[in-house]
Parts: sequence; C-alpha cells; structure tokens
Amino acid sequence: MKAGFLLGLAWRSAWNRRFTLALTVCSIALSTFMLLGMERVRTDLRSSFSSAVSGTDLIVGARTGSTQLLLYAVFHVGAATNNIRWSSVEALQKLRGVAWVVPLSLGDSHQGFPVLGTTPAYFDHFRYGEQQPLTLREGRRFADLYDVVIGAELAERLGYRLGQRITLAHGMGEVQLGGDHADKPFTITGILARTGTPVDRTAHISLEALEAIHVDWTVGAPLPGRRIDAEQARAMDLTPRSVTAALVGLHNRAAVFSVQRQVNGFGAEPLMSILPGVALDELWDVVGAGEKALLLMSGLVALVSMAGLMSVILAGLNERRRELAVLRAVGAGPQHVLALLALEGMLLTLAGIALGIVALVAGVVASNPWLQANFGLTLHLGQTTPLQWLLLAGLLVAGWLASLLPGWRAYRLSLADGLSPRI
Amino acid sequence: MPAGLLELQDLRFAWPGSAHDCLDIAALQVAAGETVFLHGPSGCGKSTLLSLLAGVLLPQSGRVALGGVHWGDLRASARDRHRVDHVGYIFQQFNLLPYLTALDNVLLPCRFSTRRREAAARNQRSLRDEGQHWLAGMGLDASVWERPAHTLSVGQQQRVAAARALVGQPGLVIADEPTSALDEDRRDIFLDLLLSACDQARSALVLVSHDRRIAQRFGREVSLPQINRAAAAAEGGA
Repeated sequence: MKAGFLLGLAWRSAWNRRFTLALTVCSIALSTFMLLGMERVRTDLRSSFSSAVSGTDLIVGARTGSTQLLLYAVFHVGAATNNIRWSSVEALQKLRGVAWVVPLSLGDSHQGFPVLGTTPAYFDHFRYGEQQPLTLREGRRFADLYDVVIGAELAERLGYRLGQRITLAHGMGEVQLGGDHADKPFTITGILARTGTPVDRTAHISLEALEAIHVDWTVGAPLPGRRIDAEQARAMDLTPRSVTAALVGLHNRAAVFSVQRQVNGFGAEPLMSILPGVALDELWDVVGAGEKALLLMSGLVALVSMAGLMSVILAGLNERRRELAVLRAVGAGPQHVLALLALEGMLLTLAGIALGIVALVAGVVASNPWLQANFGLTLHLGQTTPLQWLLLAGLLVAGWLASLLPGWRAYRLSLADGLSPRI
Repeated sequence: MPAGLLELQDLRFAWPGSAHDCLDIAALQVAAGETVFLHGPSGCGKSTLLSLLAGVLLPQSGRVALGGVHWGDLRASARDRHRVDHVGYIFQQFNLLPYLTALDNVLLPCRFSTRRREAAARNQRSLRDEGQHWLAGMGLDASVWERPAHTLSVGQQQRVAAARALVGQPGLVIADEPTSALDEDRRDIFLDLLLSACDQARSALVLVSHDRRIAQRFGREVSLPQINRAAAAAEGGA
C-alpha cells in the first residue's frame, strides 16, 4: 500500500532539505563524471591510438628505437635521426613477398601541422582502424606537382576549402625556425574524410613536390644567391634522394618475419623494420601506467563523495529526529523509517548519477573540438564499455549502501527515542 | 467499575542503567471516553508514563493493556500497528511534518492504519472530507487546510496536531503538554476545542501538564507523584 506514499514522502522530505542535499548530489555527480569520463578517455585514447595504423605489415626506417620509428612514421611526432636512401626503397619493393611499399617523407609543416611527402599509392594502401581505407571528402588526390591533400582536422581548424593556395614551412612546429617555402605555393585539391588518426592533421604532398621545394635549399637553409622558381623546378629531376620511412605490405602475412629478417640484415645500409601492432602495444604499455593511475584517482574521488553522502545524511539525522518521531507517532514502523532513508539515498544517488552523466555528455560535446584539435582525440559517447556499466552499477550500489548506514542509525535512534526525541 | 479502555497494574519501570525505579504504580484505569488530567512537576516521569501507556516503552514488570490487549504480548511491529489503530498522540510542539500541508498531516495516521482509514470511511465521508471535518472541528479555517505546516503559527500547528490525533476516531488520545507553547487565551480555546472534539469522537483523553489551573475541565485529575510509589520511596529515602 505505502510504497507510493513513502516514495512521495521521501521526495517531499528531501525537497524540503534540497539545499543541503544538492551538495551531496553534486558530489556524487562529480564522481560519476570523473569515473565515467576517465573511463571514456582511457578507452577512446587507446582505440584512437591503436587505430592509427592497420593493414600495414611492416614499417621500415633507419636504425633507431622501435617506439621512435612508430612515433614519427605513424604519429608524425619527433624526428628521424637518419633517412633511408631511395635506392633502398626501390630494393624493398623487389624483396620476395612484398606487395607494396609506400615511402614517407617528413620534416616540413604548415602552421604546425605536419607535411607528409608520399606517393599516390599511400591513398590505396594506407589503412586505419578496422582496415578502413582513406576516403576523400572532397576533391581528388594530388596529381600536379604543387597539389596538396589535407586532413579533415587541418581543413576544419584553418578553415580551408578546395582550390585555396597555401605555403609550407621548413621544419616542424609553429615557431618557424628555418624559413618558408613561400615561393612555391600549393593548391588544395583534396580534403580527406575524418579518420580520428594523425592523418586528420596532416598535409599530404607528393615526394617530387617535397623535392621541388627543397631544390634550392641545402642543410636546412635556402642556398644564398640561388633561386629556382616554381616553374623552373618542374623541369628538374625530382626523384627523391632519401625518405624518412616506408610502409610495407606483404602478399602473405605469414611471411612477415622472413621479410623482417631480410630488412634488418639489409646490406646497403642499416635498416630496421617493426610490426606496427607490436610497437603500438609497447608504446601503450608506457602510456598505460598513467592511465591506471587516473582510474585509481577517479576511484578515490568516488570513495570520497560516497563518504560525503554518508556524512551529510548522518549530520542531517539529528535535525530529522523530530521528523522521524512524528512519523513514528502517526504509525510509521521502524521499517518505514529505514525504507524512507534508503529511498532517499537511492533518490540522491540516482539524481547524482543522472546529473553526472548529463555533465559528462555536455562536457564531451563541448570539449571534443578542443580535444580533437590539441590531442587528436575524439570521445565517443555512444560506445559504452562493460567497465562503464560496472562503474555505474558500483556507484549506485555504493551510494545506496552509504545511505543505509545513516538509515540504520536512524532506525536505532527512532527505536530508542520512542515518540519523544530527546534533543 | 466498567472494563476500562486502559488498564495498568503493578507497573514498575526503570530506565536501563538506572539503579532506581522511575515509576512504580499499583493501578491506573481510564474508561472509554473519559478525560483524565495527569499532572506532576517536571521530571517526575510524566512523559515516561505516557510512553508506557502508548506501548512505546515496556515495563520491567506489571501490565499495561489498551483495549484489553497487553502491550507486552505484542511484537514490536504489532505494537506499532495497535498503537496507530487506537492511539492519537499530541506532542508539546513540533508535531507536524513541515513540508506537508495541514490536511496531509492530519491524514497521516490513515496512511499507516487500515482501522483508522475504515473508521473515517464509516462516517460516509471521503478521507479528505474526514480530515477537513476534524480540522474544522479544531476551529481551523478552510484557508489554512492546504497550507504547508511550516507556514502555520504554533497555535495553528497544535490544532492540526489535535485534528490528526482524532482522525479515524481512536479510542485514546494522549497529549503531552500540548498547551505549554501557547499563551493563556489560546490555551483555553485550544482545550475547549480539544475536549469537545474528543467528546464528539468518543475518544478518551489523557492529558499531561504541570499547569494545574486547567484541571477542573477534566473528568478526573490524577497526580503522578501521588500514585507513583517510586517517587514516594525516593522522597522518603532523602
């Protein structure tokens, strides 16, 4: 009979103390926000991380650490200590079992976004995520020497459209140390669809174009007194002399270790090759420790807010002793008092969790452009993880349990007080 | 003597941890519909006696029976049920849930007691009408019925509490210093209303106060120090 009545009573009683309780709800909301948000970031970080490259069997570069090679070849972070010769790239192509080789050349930038020199085959063979190919949102691949295909993020951030002309800068970073290639402007001929990978932040040009903008340069600076304009450069031999790294695809994945051995023992120059999946896992292991610390931290926040919930209800209990005594006097049993407090705890926890989720959704929607721009990270609200549900259930149970303890105390108090609380 | 509504025999009660009895009463009876004024100085155990009469506390020995049912024979939950079925309670103050309206406060016992709800229905009125009937009976204007309890004056709150004690016409109304927060004029008006409402509800009234000036309005006057042998013993010992 009384379930509905008790619920209404719990609600009206809670509403009567709404300002104190609002603080509790906020603290539960905060811990919900922290826990779920952290889990979301962790999951999406990992997936955006591991989806950065797929479909590539080997990444080949000059001898260096495997993490470093992965960082500059895939994430375009850092710089290669050494390049590999063009002849080596051609030799790679001829190795048994190799289906395709896509050379990559890095080192220039546009407004802080990396410029990647490559071949049109890049658009055929590069895969990310679940073997997804790159697609053009607008325009076409680069065909002319001074064509550039830009990633979705770059286009969005700088407001670029097809046909716009841009100039590239020498070196990486927003502070331009070297100087720029203003004499050889590029035309945007294509904008790639968003991938959620470093591709979104990259400007793609042909290897020949990269060569062309550097014909009148030597060791990082323009040659004094020697200017070759854009049209003159077209007539020159623009075969690259070296590239930074190469992506290699095999006919048969089973051959990957034999090809890796051949590359690592390459005679003409010291090369190394890495399996992208293995290198990604190694890199994640390094990053992952921080991620576990974050999860632990948000767990502690949840614990603190549950303690807060408990203390607010406990502290409010004394002022509620009269209310509970009145209820006892009009026939409410101790079990009703207990039910009332448990209901209140449940209502508070639910409200807190709901508020936390709303805050999280709003926060993610608001911060996604910024996260994407600064970290190349997109948070996916729709994709829930089992751990998220577990965390939610844990919060609900913990919040409810935290309210049961004061409920139990109120039960004892109301038994001891009888009908006249000694306050 | 007719079978009493409330019968108390050889009652001894001591608070846990206390070496002396707080109450030691040979006998006390209240007949149906009777009005009893129970008085005594502060701290003489008046509220404790009321808790024993209402079955909130159980004596160490002796019997307290309400409507022929001995409180000590009932389990805790059955005592709660028996109490709300047969007893209306008025405190000194802070009787109401501040966030409910006056009418909702009055109807609270009917939410927890089927018997009180059915008693209200026997008057061929809806529950709300019944609540309003007793509010009006306590001299409360219709304009305050739907107001939240915390907006009412202390005098109004006590009247709402009295209406709540009477709704569903329980056999016994217990009032613990219900007038102590009221000034003299309001006290007299309140008592007039309460006594006539109890008469109408055919409920017995046990009212506790230290103020003996109101004693003559009641059918019977009982002095707790006189019937409490524990107090006499303490005084004799002193």
